[in-house]
Amino acid sequence: MENLALIAQVQSYTAIALGLIIGLGAIGACIGIGIMGSKFLEAAARQPELIPTLQTRMFLLAGLIDAAFLIGVALAMFFAFANPLLARFG
Amino acid sequence: MSAAEHAAGPANSTEYITHHLTHYTVGEGFWSFHVDTIFMSVLLGVVTLGLFYSAGRKATVGVPGKWQAFVEIVVEFIDTTVKEVFHLDRSFLAPLALTIFVWVFLMNAMDLLPLDLPGKVAGLFGIHYWRVVPTADANTTFAMSLTVLCVVIYYSIKAKGVGGYAHELFTAPFGGNPILWIPNFLLNLVELLSKPVSLAMRLFGNMYAGELVFMLIALLGAGLFTLTVGSAFGFFGQLFMGAVWAIFHILIITLQAFIFMMLTVVYSAMATEHH
Repeated sequence: MENLALIAQVQSYTAIALGLIIGLGAIGACIGIGIMGSKFLEAAARQPELIPTLQTRMFLLAGLIDAAFLIGVALAMFFAFANPLLARFG
Repeated sequence: MSAAEHAAGPANSTEYITHHLTHYTVGEGFWSFHVDTIFMSVLLGVVTLGLFYSAGRKATVGVPGKWQAFVEIVVEFIDTTVKEVFHLDRSFLAPLALTIFVWVFLMNAMDLLPLDLPGKVAGLFGIHYWRVVPTADANTTFAMSLTVLCVVIYYSIKAKGVGGYAHELFTAPFGGNPILWIPNFLLNLVELLSKPVSLAMRLFGNMYAGELVFMLIALLGAGLFTLTVGSAFGFFGQLFMGAVWAIFHILIITLQAFIFMMLTVVYSAMATEHH
């Protein structure tokens, strides 16, 4: 019984942590993409002939900005389905 | 794994997902090999090399066929990209970039196969676990990024010499005063090690999360609609949401392969710059 209560505690804290990981990561990634996208649109409006060059760079940056967020999502998913913190309880 | 089997309740859903996340492992502990990852990555590497080799062999100077034209577009794209950034002799780096781009793209593209299809095919051979996306295994991505690290160190030594490179490790960016040697070295070490780690984790995170969302869609579709009229609705629910996510994932796949290739080239170019 004691064991069950402890397992439940670990799982509940893990669930809250997963929400925080994904939520806070999403905030960072979305604000970053928003800022970058707005700068790109400004530059495209000023100098339309640079659009192809800037577009390549923009996609590269989008991937880099999303990187930390998606690493967080992958880790969160890992904890959701194969929680290593529960290994202590067998 | 029919829709009826895993619509029984949450416990079975978790089991479905953990089953799909298990590698076909041979061996124990440190010596465990993910045979599915190794097999798929080698197979796709052979396919990559074979496709481009066949294009090279059948190349004509006259009017090109469609495949030759496509290969020429890809090669020219990679060559332009490398040429813009890297200013030394690119006869090694450009083919490396091409291999990375096409190979990682093909490995990522395995994620678009229907979720239960590889399992069924593997079941015909008596294998119960088979993960088809090699880049969703951290081993693959770290192997590739550690190789890129070796390439970066190689180019550093080639451009600056062993002595020059060691000098730069200890005196950049703060200065040549012996007191600053330790901070300089620590900063350079962090910079050097963060590159392969971020490269590997970025690709792994994207592919692992993508695979997992496909699995969750498979479950979500089934659970959402079987409340009404059995597994027929579950099937169509999964189809629609799976299609939406797959279309988005096509962009992610290409983007991640491009980013891996681009960063390899950029890191190599940065390694040849003198301070």
